[in-house]
Amino acid sequence: MGRRVAIVGTGQTYHKSHRPDVTSKEMIYEAVTAALADAELAIRDIDAIVIGNMDHFESINYVDAYSVEGSGAFMKPIMKVTTGGTTGTTVAIAAYYHVASGLFDRVMAIGFEKNSESDTTGAIITCSDAIWDRFSYSGAIPSLATEATAYMEKYGATQEDAALIGERDRNHALNNPYAHLQKPLTVADIMGSPMLAYPIKLGDICPRSDGACACIMAADGIAQKLTRKPAWFKAASVRHTYTWFGDSTDYNKGLVSLQRASKEAYDQAGITNPVEEIDVAELYLPYTWAGLKWIEDIGFCGPGKAARFVGDRNTHMGGKLPINPSGGVISTNCIGATALLRVAEAAIQIMGKGGKRQVPDVKNALATGFGGCFWSDVVILSSERPA
Amino acid sequence: MNKAAIIGVAQTKYERRKKDQIFADMVFDVTRAALDDAGLVLDDIDSVVTVSNDFFDGRTISGMSVGDASGGQDKNISTVSGDGTFGAFYGLMRVLSGYQATIVVAHYKGSESDVKITTNGMFDPIFHRLLGIEMISAAALQANAYMNRYGIGEEAFAEVSVKNHGNAQNNPFAQLPMKITVKDVMKSRKIAEPLKLLDCGPISDGAAAIVIADEKIAARGKKKPVWIKGVAHCCEDYFLGDRDLASPVALREAAMKAYAMAGIKTPLKEIDVAEVLEPYSYMEPLWLEGLGFCEPGEGGTLIGKGITTMDGKLPVNASGGALSSNPILVAGLARLIEAVLQVRGEAGARQVKKVNTALAHGFNGACGQSHCVWIVGGKK
Repeated sequence: MGRRVAIVGTGQTYHKSHRPDVTSKEMIYEAVTAALADAELAIRDIDAIVIGNMDHFESINYVDAYSVEGSGAFMKPIMKVTTGGTTGTTVAIAAYYHVASGLFDRVMAIGFEKNSESDTTGAIITCSDAIWDRFSYSGAIPSLATEATAYMEKYGATQEDAALIGERDRNHALNNPYAHLQKPLTVADIMGSPMLAYPIKLGDICPRSDGACACIMAADGIAQKLTRKPAWFKAASVRHTYTWFGDSTDYNKGLVSLQRASKEAYDQAGITNPVEEIDVAELYLPYTWAGLKWIEDIGFCGPGKAARFVGDRNTHMGGKLPINPSGGVISTNCIGATALLRVAEAAIQIMGKGGKRQVPDVKNALATGFGGCFWSDVVILSSERPA
Repeated sequence: MNKAAIIGVAQTKYERRKKDQIFADMVFDVTRAALDDAGLVLDDIDSVVTVSNDFFDGRTISGMSVGDASGGQDKNISTVSGDGTFGAFYGLMRVLSGYQATIVVAHYKGSESDVKITTNGMFDPIFHRLLGIEMISAAALQANAYMNRYGIGEEAFAEVSVKNHGNAQNNPFAQLPMKITVKDVMKSRKIAEPLKLLDCGPISDGAAAIVIADEKIAARGKKKPVWIKGVAHCCEDYFLGDRDLASPVALREAAMKAYAMAGIKTPLKEIDVAEVLEPYSYMEPLWLEGLGFCEPGEGGTLIGKGITTMDGKLPVNASGGALSSNPILVAGLARLIEAVLQVRGEAGARQVKKVNTALAHGFNGACGQSHCVWIVGGKK
């Protein structure tokens, strides 16, 4: 195995649907300087940088080259990685391997998106195969609407069950000064919001945000000197199971990529009972039904049991396993940064820097990324240095 | 370093238009061929890196188009958006982190996009894009800066084109094997002053793949492992006006680091063959200066002195380089593959005699903003 690696600092911008005050480069700079300040480091201390976004949202080719003045990569190694919605976890995991490999000691991961500079669905739609998938089954909402309908049909879950996820996350967002949508929603608000694609209503789905996030990873031996409580990587697993949307539609199997990725992550982290052993989860839930169905796939409760599990307030703040103390993706969604924010928020919880959104005594925190063709990434961070 | 080796390589023939193949078809072919070359099966591979670019592919989440074809369906997979040498670098880091074998695949179809539009997108959207600047006109600016600094003539660049198209005649994968003269280059159609058609790499379709493995897997591979001795990359400033285009400082830094890792002190003596990414003829001498094979300003004299020709002290681009086949992104990985083939002694008619140590190079961004340098060798 490679070297042990920990997150020693995080930084994020404030988020809005449109940030005309900054270019994407300046937005990156905002996150980078915040992360450096958090880790009490200067840019000269950073050995390498990994950056990611989705090209078609800003329409800039070679973002690694473009962003140098914002990222601080001048005369440093910088690499761009990108995988759609999972880009944020892809960036975090790439930075992790930079350090684990032994080639670099302190590495910065950056994710950003300025969604205001694009037509989000217009860009996303081109991820589908131009001949087979694009005209039938593309864009973010249709595939999710199908998944939600199938889930309700199979387990009898209701739209209200899903709306509770929205109510939970939008309420959690009030504790997070960086969250984009700071207006609380109730189940009734969500039920009364405009229908987008049955059963998904406006209150069920994530916004599009402008924002950036940066995380600093450091090697074993260095991390302990930089911070009192490093957030150690215990697991990083990736399953991009499907290539064709047409293959991903057997919803009765569940979200196969998340089942596989979380199983591998638990094996890596030595976790046998996730609900007992994980103290907080920051999940990439782009819409409310994901907060039901996907927590079954990740093993927080049995198949069909999520509505009850969430209804009993196990996943609210103060519950057994709080999910998305930050307000999650339903409150803030700067796509290339979204999954990195999940990792950063998990690290924040371990480092005890969560302020009003802090969950007490966090030992293990789990973060996920979702994107592409129903793909899943899982990262587990811990206050304990892995053996 | 000696902890990881390249044990399998494959590339398609590079062509102007592969009408019968989508990305997945090309990538499946090279994935399969690289595994066969390594003597491995897909189950031996536990990590996949694709080299994909949304702009060039005209498809967002471009890695998605080759997920299953690259064997990444149920594996830890990721995508590097950049030159193939950077994708390979990520593949190496994964092996050094504990994966046993990573396959790195790169794909590009120039025939399906307009490079003037896709590379105009590299430039600043507010200040520069409206000027119409793109990869080729930026390269022309750099060529002019280089010529003016050192008083180099266009003929010196033309010689590179003659040499590399000539070398391509020995490479069955090359798109433009040609026997041409300096006069042919000088007479070819002007593209952007001072670059002429034959100073520029062609539009190409193609794919390539390599397998990077740890010592254990390398020991049971079918072919002689080619060990990774040193590798580094470095990026300089973005705005062309803020850079000294005639001085590749990022390349110098990356080369210094890679040489230090590989224990190389005098590159010209210790490196037996070099494959550098030169989609424009002037780039080869300029990069050779950055790589420390000669003093600044002397790159243009290396062919005349017979140093970089096939029988010279340091043959450069024995494969014909990017001037003869230029699938962007894939082209950098092809340089690394050619270096591997040279070390193995499997380069056929383009084989350089007695190769122990080879250099491969690729870059990202306009005028070589970010460079990656690899040193590979046969002896541990």
